Amino acid sequence: MAKKPQLAYETRPWRDPAAKPFVRIKNVTKKFGDVLAVHDVSLDIFKSELFCLLGGSGSGKSTLLRMLAGFESPSSGTIEIDGQDMTFEPPYDRPVNMMFQSYALFPHMNVEQNIAYGLKRDHLPAAEIRDRVAELLALVKLQDYGRRKPNQLSGGQRQRVALARALAKRPKLLLLDEPLGALDKKLREETQFELVKIQESLGVTFIVVTHDQEEAMTLATRIGVMNQGEIAMIGEPTDIYEYPNSRFVAGFIGSVNMVEGIVTEDEPDHVRIRSAELGCDIYVGHGVDCAPDQILWWAIRPEKMELSRDRPEGLNGANVTRGIVEEIAYLGDISLYQIVLESGKRVRVSQTNSVRGNPDAITWEETVYITWGDNAGSVLTV
Amino acid sequence: MTTLDSRLPPPRRLRPWHGLERRLRDVGISGRTLVIAAPAIWLTIFFLVPLVVVFGISLATKQFGRPPYSPLLTTDEGKVQLTLHLSNYVRLFTDPLYVAAYLSSIRIALVATLITLVIGYPMAYAIARAPDKWRNILLMLVILPFWTSFLLRVYALSGFMRGNGVINQILGVFGIEPLVMMQTDFAVYVGIVYTYLPFMILPLYTNLVKLDTSLLEASADLGSRPWQTFLSVTLPLSLPGIVAGSMLVFIPAIGEFVIPSLLGGPETLMIGRVLWDEFFAATNWPRASAVAMAMLVVVVIPILLLQKAQDAVVERGK
Repeated sequence: MAKKPQLAYETRPWRDPAAKPFVRIKNVTKKFGDVLAVHDVSLDIFKSELFCLLGGSGSGKSTLLRMLAGFESPSSGTIEIDGQDMTFEPPYDRPVNMMFQSYALFPHMNVEQNIAYGLKRDHLPAAEIRDRVAELLALVKLQDYGRRKPNQLSGGQRQRVALARALAKRPKLLLLDEPLGALDKKLREETQFELVKIQESLGVTFIVVTHDQEEAMTLATRIGVMNQGEIAMIGEPTDIYEYPNSRFVAGFIGSVNMVEGIVTEDEPDHVRIRSAELGCDIYVGHGVDCAPDQILWWAIRPEKMELSRDRPEGLNGANVTRGIVEEIAYLGDISLYQIVLESGKRVRVSQTNSVRGNPDAITWEETVYITWGDNAGSVLTV
Repeated sequence: MTTLDSRLPPPRRLRPWHGLERRLRDVGISGRTLVIAAPAIWLTIFFLVPLVVVFGISLATKQFGRPPYSPLLTTDEGKVQLTLHLSNYVRLFTDPLYVAAYLSSIRIALVATLITLVIGYPMAYAIARAPDKWRNILLMLVILPFWTSFLLRVYALSGFMRGNGVINQILGVFGIEPLVMMQTDFAVYVGIVYTYLPFMILPLYTNLVKLDTSLLEASADLGSRPWQTFLSVTLPLSLPGIVAGSMLVFIPAIGEFVIPSLLGGPETLMIGRVLWDEFFAATNWPRASAVAMAMLVVVVIPILLLQKAQDAVVERGK
């Protein structure tokens, strides 16, 4: 068996300050007329990473990707790929290939011709092209479809042809623009894992643009969350989910309960926040960079809280509040409770359904207590 | 539950022709038949019947009188006699004038179509790639000449190319000898290309504007320089537009009469002029009809060939 390539997520080069990045985006800004599409973005991406650029529409993620491919050039800043300045290099001179959102398969060529297109440009001998095309068709499991035209293929098959065509030239860097966007849910889930498998077996660096946070969480070694042309946060999926750095990131990824509060105690080892919305104090078991009387926000994920009928102990007279169950969404594995607090604030709490058909489950209109640990939520100052 | 709607009377069908439609259907005529019948009847009266008449005349011989050709059907001692003369068609092949005229027409039409394509393609491409707000203005400019009479525009061209015309006057300012442009094949090409350019640009434009730019980006991404992308992506995908535009130029150009007679010289031989001379100068209606029928065949064959080529392209695209 061939030696397993070293995977980015096993070595985590981004944690090593001495590691040399493979793609280095430095202070890149892109303006279209007066519109600032990308604003002062700096980003290092390492070899064999599967990096996801995540953001809503108009966040600048696609523009950033198009600048990496060479279809747009930055208004200012530089882009380095594998140590070479590629800022103004035309697309046909870059060691980069792209998989388009629309797949952009050539309709007048069959599957084989589409895959061979880039190889012919490199003037490879015909026999080598044939071998390489066969190899790629096998990789994407389309051996019997070589002679078909793109419009004789299903959406999933087209997606695989597009992937094979983008991989044909063995690029150092593969850019994928919403690679799974056009597929239905079931196919998307299957393809996600296939994509990761291919990326790992080839060791190519992938940069994926997506608006689907679930997709980003599943695929990525690291995620760059973009908002209004700027990078809001860069981190591993767990960092982004568990330790968001801003209200935007906390709200964009997953569901979250966010309350406003005022700092009443600011100690090096703990912080106490009074929240009128929540109807209680929040005790945070670590120091926070803030000042007394500062207004800030506290965010907690639905699964980090617990429900009970009896009043729980709480922590130092904090971290317990009370409300009435307004809605229950039963999702099978978990149930989502929407609870109205006395302030009128609605909080979502999810509970695992560990007991089968539990007759004693909390139900509508019940008064319940909500509690959480001293490290369960994130304190956000921006 | 009573809603407001259920208390209202049902809406009346606002179709006054409904009764007529039903009556027609009773005799087996549906709306679809009527829609198809209208153009079919039009074409029968104004195209098919005249064509048969012309074909009939082409099988007669010239004679003095009114009409100036021999009748096909004669009654002789109570017997109806049908006389068909093939001499007109035989003459087309034996008289070198006709063969030369047909060949020369095809040559001029082909060359003019090629020139129109070479000029029209970049123009259509530029319009299709122009910013949205410019596109309609540019298209308007292409169509604008049609607002002036065709005849007037051809006369204006001769004003440019005359011995003492605009071009030669400008050349004279720089001390260049006047050029002979009028009464040459060159003037005919200028006339045809100028007149038919919009017919080339419009179908090419409709094709090129639909071209997905991400295909061009994909091609560049896979290592193609712009000219390689043009040859391997843009050109093959615009083939239907090229075929349509070329047909729209080639077919009217082959039978063109006005341009060669106004701009061309005595040696510019085109079938349209031969036909005119036979009909008006020689008053030989049967010969003129035979020339017309033969021209129809000459024009129809390339149409059928191109149609077949286009079908093949569409088939390959599937």
